[in-house]
Amino acid sequence: MANAREPVIQVRDLVVELKSNRILNGVTLDVYRGEILGFVGASGAGKSVLTRTIVGLLPKVEGTIEVFGTNLDGLDEDQRRDIERRWGILFQQGALFSSLTVGQNVEFPMLEYLDISPKLMTEMAITKLEMVGLKPEVYRKYPSELSGGMIKRVALARALALDPEILFLDEPTSGLDPISAHEFDQLILTLQRTSQMAIFMVTHDLDSLYATCDRIAVLLDGKIGVTGNIDTMLASEQPWLKAYFHGARARVGQHGKQ
Amino acid sequence: MTAGTLTLVSGESGRGHIRLAAAGVWTAENAGAIEPLIEAATRPIPSLKSISIDTANIERLDSFGAWLLERALRTWRDRECEANIVGLKDDYRGLFEKVHAATQKLPPPPKKRNSIVATLDSVGRTMVAVFDDLVLLAQMVGSVMTAFGRVLLHPSRFRFTSMVNHLERVGWHALPIILLITVLIGAILAQQGIFHFRKFGADIYVVDMVGVLVLRELGVLIVCIMIAGRSGSSYTAELGAMKMREEVDALRTMGFDPVEVLILPRILAIVIAVPILTLFGSLAALYGGGLVAWLYGGIAPEVFLSRLREAISMQTFEVGMLKAPFMALVIGVVACVEGLQVQGSAESLGERTTNSVVKSIFLVIVLDGFFAMFFASIGL
Repeated sequence: MANAREPVIQVRDLVVELKSNRILNGVTLDVYRGEILGFVGASGAGKSVLTRTIVGLLPKVEGTIEVFGTNLDGLDEDQRRDIERRWGILFQQGALFSSLTVGQNVEFPMLEYLDISPKLMTEMAITKLEMVGLKPEVYRKYPSELSGGMIKRVALARALALDPEILFLDEPTSGLDPISAHEFDQLILTLQRTSQMAIFMVTHDLDSLYATCDRIAVLLDGKIGVTGNIDTMLASEQPWLKAYFHGARARVGQHGKQ
Repeated sequence: MTAGTLTLVSGESGRGHIRLAAAGVWTAENAGAIEPLIEAATRPIPSLKSISIDTANIERLDSFGAWLLERALRTWRDRECEANIVGLKDDYRGLFEKVHAATQKLPPPPKKRNSIVATLDSVGRTMVAVFDDLVLLAQMVGSVMTAFGRVLLHPSRFRFTSMVNHLERVGWHALPIILLITVLIGAILAQQGIFHFRKFGADIYVVDMVGVLVLRELGVLIVCIMIAGRSGSSYTAELGAMKMREEVDALRTMGFDPVEVLILPRILAIVIAVPILTLFGSLAALYGGGLVAWLYGGIAPEVFLSRLREAISMQTFEVGMLKAPFMALVIGVVACVEGLQVQGSAESLGERTTNSVVKSIFLVIVLDGFFAMFFASIGL
């Protein structure tokens, strides 16, 4: 994996302020094609802020963000759409449109960006739903009729609708039972292997970190403190990391990346 | 990069075997252009026994391209023709298998019913819903009354701070817009009255009309419609959001009665605020009417005032004021009932908020009709 080491996201010295509180203070981070990058940090440290800034939901104060080698500043609307079309985002609560059926939710990005026949669109929506492990029956259901795990899967299918090259996952396994969470991890691994996407995953789930991530980046005091694989994390003497990976909830050595 | 292509390499229909070659970029952007190629290639050919697609020259493949290939294979296989792909790059094998695994078995859409039956069905359901609504309203009035009774017995349990907070929002914050609107309504009434009464020289009776209309009917109605739109909707939205986030359930499990904690302070606040707003609103409407009568109709303020004294009595004012708390109660109860009926989705919150405003305005006007009959029969 990640043999070419081609960076798809390059963040340099990023500073973000929310209501004049400095949340990110000089974040520098690369995400490479074909890798799963786990992003950890204390609650409220600004993990979601980084994700939201990269995808353009929050303004930045300083620094540059390059995606696919293009600086996101000063792009016109068309260029920006070209980039947005190439990434998919799974929001923490799924963020499915509640007034649309599951099928319409998955077809929504296709309708906007692709010029394909309705028949192909339906087939693709069902294919995506089946790829994330759902049955075709959910196609006509509404999000309110689904369980939490199913909502996450539909949201993943929607994020994958256009075969993105980068996938942002915001706490994909939060709120899932351990079995569903494990299945979800496996799903992400298989999908990543089949499509060679870069996956940027914000997570608190240690099992997910062990099971899926090639590399882990840690956000400490508004900067990227440590990056490296799980062994680097385990070997780190940094107090917060030590508490995180060797704490009561960590089960070192029980799981390894298969 | 070239868009995806599908070309015939060899084979004649007579021999029963065909080889096709796929090349180029088979991705989502090109899917619209590739689909017709696939459709052309899968036209029925008699006596076709086997077919193969060489995929070695595909530069890029994503799930759209993979599905289009898979769809072609399925079409041929359904016709009992042997179909396969050769030369697929290892990188794409996993993707192709994923797409191949999709069953695509979409259940047929539910049948549409006869339109007459559907109409009757929806009328029936609406009538049942109306009846259920009345029951819920009665229940809510009942629970608010019992909660009020309990609070009278144990005054320390009353959420006084909460009520004052709501009183500020429903009453004080609504005052500017209420004053503005009622001044305008009074002015428009006076202008129309003068315009038409002048034709038969009855200008001065505009004072009677404005005085009676505003004090008996319009003051309280305008205020209630404004409050239903402004505060009733916000009650519904607040309670609905709390219901969605399970705050109401949390209260209940901690042994609190949501009616006592959430609803009673809100309803008391609205019942206190609306009569006060009606008083100010009616005064403002009279002021607006007087202003227009003076500037447009040439009726001097002192004339207006002395005429007003003759035209209206304390009773006229009392009739209007008496209606205000009852109408406020209706608005508050409807808003709270709707709020507590919000289900999980954002759509349901929006729908309930709309319902709350529409129903409370409707009921306020119906109630006004009943009051009109009541006051007429007791001779007021």
